[in-house]
Amino acid sequence: MQPSVSIKDLSLNFGNVKVLERLNLDIAQGEFIVLLGPSGCGKSTLLNCIAGLLDVSDGQIFINGKNVTWEEPKDRGIGMVFQSYALYPQMTVERNLSFGLRVSGMAKDEIARRVARAAEILQIQPLLGRKPANLSGGQRQRVAIGRALVRDVDVFLFDEPLSNLDAKLRSDLRVEIKRLHARLKNTMIYVTHDQIEALTLADRIAIMKNGVIQQLADPHTIYNKPVNLYVAGFIGSPSMNFINGSLDGATFTADDGTKIPVGAYDFAAQRGAATKAVLGVRPEHILLGDAAQGMPFQTQAEIEIVEPMGSETLAWTKVAGIPVTFRCSSDIPLHAGDKVTVGFDIARGSLFDAQSESRL
Amino acid sequence: MSQTATMTGSAPATSGNAATDPRGPRPKPFFTPKKIMIYTTLIFFALYFLFPLYVMVVTSLKTMPEIRFGNIFALPSAPSFDAWVKAWTSACTGLTCNGLSPGFWNSVKITIPSTIVSIFIAAVNGYALVNWRFKGSEIFFAVLIFGSFIPYQVMLYPLVMLTRGMGIFGSLQAVIVIHTIFGMPILTLLFRNYFASLPQELFKAARVDGAGFWRIFFEIMLPMSLPIFVVALILQITGIWNDFLFGVVFAGPQNYPMTVQLNNIVNSAQGTPEYNVNMAATVLTGLVPLIIYFVSGKLFVRGVAAGAVKG
Repeated sequence: MQPSVSIKDLSLNFGNVKVLERLNLDIAQGEFIVLLGPSGCGKSTLLNCIAGLLDVSDGQIFINGKNVTWEEPKDRGIGMVFQSYALYPQMTVERNLSFGLRVSGMAKDEIARRVARAAEILQIQPLLGRKPANLSGGQRQRVAIGRALVRDVDVFLFDEPLSNLDAKLRSDLRVEIKRLHARLKNTMIYVTHDQIEALTLADRIAIMKNGVIQQLADPHTIYNKPVNLYVAGFIGSPSMNFINGSLDGATFTADDGTKIPVGAYDFAAQRGAATKAVLGVRPEHILLGDAAQGMPFQTQAEIEIVEPMGSETLAWTKVAGIPVTFRCSSDIPLHAGDKVTVGFDIARGSLFDAQSESRL
Repeated sequence: MSQTATMTGSAPATSGNAATDPRGPRPKPFFTPKKIMIYTTLIFFALYFLFPLYVMVVTSLKTMPEIRFGNIFALPSAPSFDAWVKAWTSACTGLTCNGLSPGFWNSVKITIPSTIVSIFIAAVNGYALVNWRFKGSEIFFAVLIFGSFIPYQVMLYPLVMLTRGMGIFGSLQAVIVIHTIFGMPILTLLFRNYFASLPQELFKAARVDGAGFWRIFFEIMLPMSLPIFVVALILQITGIWNDFLFGVVFAGPQNYPMTVQLNNIVNSAQGTPEYNVNMAATVLTGLVPLIIYFVSGKLFVRGVAAGAVKG
C-alpha cells in the first residue's frame, strides 16, 4: 500500500543553521505518528514543512503519492491544529469552522452539512453561535480540531495541541483525540514534547534530536528497547538509571568495582573484546524483597528518600555508588534509612556502548 | 485553660487585644507621604500646562479695551463671542478677509484623504513585512525606517521639483501626496510591530484554510487591528492638521490649510494686534486635534485579540 505521507531526504536550513538534515519518514495510511523531542529539535519545523507553511531547502514531500513539495497548504489535503488554537477571534465558532470552506467557494448547504457533522462529532453544537473569547480552553481546542475536521482531509497535523491545557483537561482531550482517530481512521501526525501523550496515542513514535530522527518505532519498542542513550534517557519518568562501567563477556563491572552478571541480556550482536559501556535499568525493573531473589544481580541498599505517589512509591537509593531510583507498590512500607535487598532485572535492562552511545 | 478556650472557639489565649490585632486587609490610609508627593506634583504640572489655555480662552472672550487694561488672568467682565465670530468669518488672512473658515475646509480636504490613504498603505505594508517575508524585506524595512530620520527640510526642494514635474505643485493633491509619503515610515513601523505581536499561528491557520494575501488581510488581520488603527488615526489627523511647512510650500495660496491662515492672522503687521481674535483663532485651529484626543480615547478597545490564543 502506498504511504499516506512520505518524506524523502528533507533538509531545511535557516541561514547557516541546519534545522533538518536529510530526513526520511514514511507514514502508512491511517497511522498515528507522534513526533517527540525537546524544544528546538525540529519537530514543529518538520510539521510546518509537511503543512507547506515553510519552504524546504532540499528534499521532497509526498502526500498520497502526490508530490506536494511546491504546493500551497490548502492544496495538500491537510488539516492543522495549533497549540494556541489560532481561532479567528472576530468570528463565531460556526464561521471559524466554515472559513476554509467559504474561501474555497463551496456551496452553502454542503458547508452547513459539514459543519453540522463536525459539531456533532466533537459535541460542540451548543457553542456554534459563540465567539472564541467566550469559550474555555478545552472548548477552543475542540473547535480548532473541528476546523481541521470540516475540510475532510486525509492527513491531520497536530502541533502540540494540548500543551496549553491544564493537566486534567489534557488527559481528557488526549482520550478524545484517540477516540477520534479510531472513528475517522485518518493519518495523524502529532507533535509533542510530552512523552505520556506520545506513548498513549502513537502507533509509532519518532524521537527527534537536532533535526534527526533517533528512533522510529512503536511505543513498546521505544520504551523497552531504546536504540541509544538519548532515547533511553528521554523516555520514561522517572528516567532510566544509568551505571557507567565496562563490559567483558557476560560481566559488567561498574566504575566502583561492583560486578553485575549480564548473561540474561539479549545482545543485539555477538560481542568481542572488553569495552566501556553503560548499563541502563528502568525504575520498575529494580525489584525488592522476595522478587529480587530470582534476579541475576542482587545487592544491599539503604533507602535515602521515599516519594509516595499514591498508586506506587518511588524510592531513592545508591547502588554501585550511583544514585538509583526504583519503583514499587505503595503497599510495601518503606522508610528512609531502611536497608533492603534490591535485584536488577537484567533481561529487561539496556546496555549501551559508552563511545557510540548506541544499544549493544 | 487555653485548651478549653480553643475548644469553645473564642479568642486564643496568646492574643493581646482582639480589636487592634491585625486581621483582614491591611488598611490603606489616603494621606501617606508618597501619595501627597505624587498628587502635589501631578496637580502642579496640570496647572502649569492648563494655565496658557485658560488665558487664551479668557482673553478671547474679552473686548479689546478690557484686554488693554492688563489683568490677563481676570475673568471677562462681559463675556462675548464677537472675537470668535470675527476669527471664523472676517479676520484678514493676508489679502483676503474671510476669516479662518476657508482654511478649515482646506485642512479637512487635506487631512481626510491623506489620513485614509497613508494608513491603508502602511497597514498593507506592515502586514506584508511581517507575514509575507520576501527576499530583501528586512532591507526594505530598514530603508523605510531610515527615511523617518531625514529632516523634512532636506527634501523640500527636490519635492517641489518633483511635484512641479507631475504638474500638481500648488494644489491640494500635492499636499495630500506629500503627507501620504511622509506618514509612511512611522505608520509602517507601527503596523509592522502590531502585526508581529499578533499570534503567527492565526496567519498559518488561515493559510491552511486556503485564504490568500488580501483575504487574510481583510478578514483576519483588519478586524483584529482596531486599537492600532485608532493610534494611527490620532497620529495622522493631529500630525497633518498641525502641519504648517508642507501646507505653505505645496498647497498654493488658495488652498492654504488652517495653520497657515492662522499664522497670517496672528503675524499680520498692519493695524493693532487684536489679541482676542488671535486667541479665538488659535483655539479654533487647535480644536480639531483636541476633539480627536477626547473622542478617540474611548475607542481604544482592549482585548480585541482575546480568545484567539491561550488564556
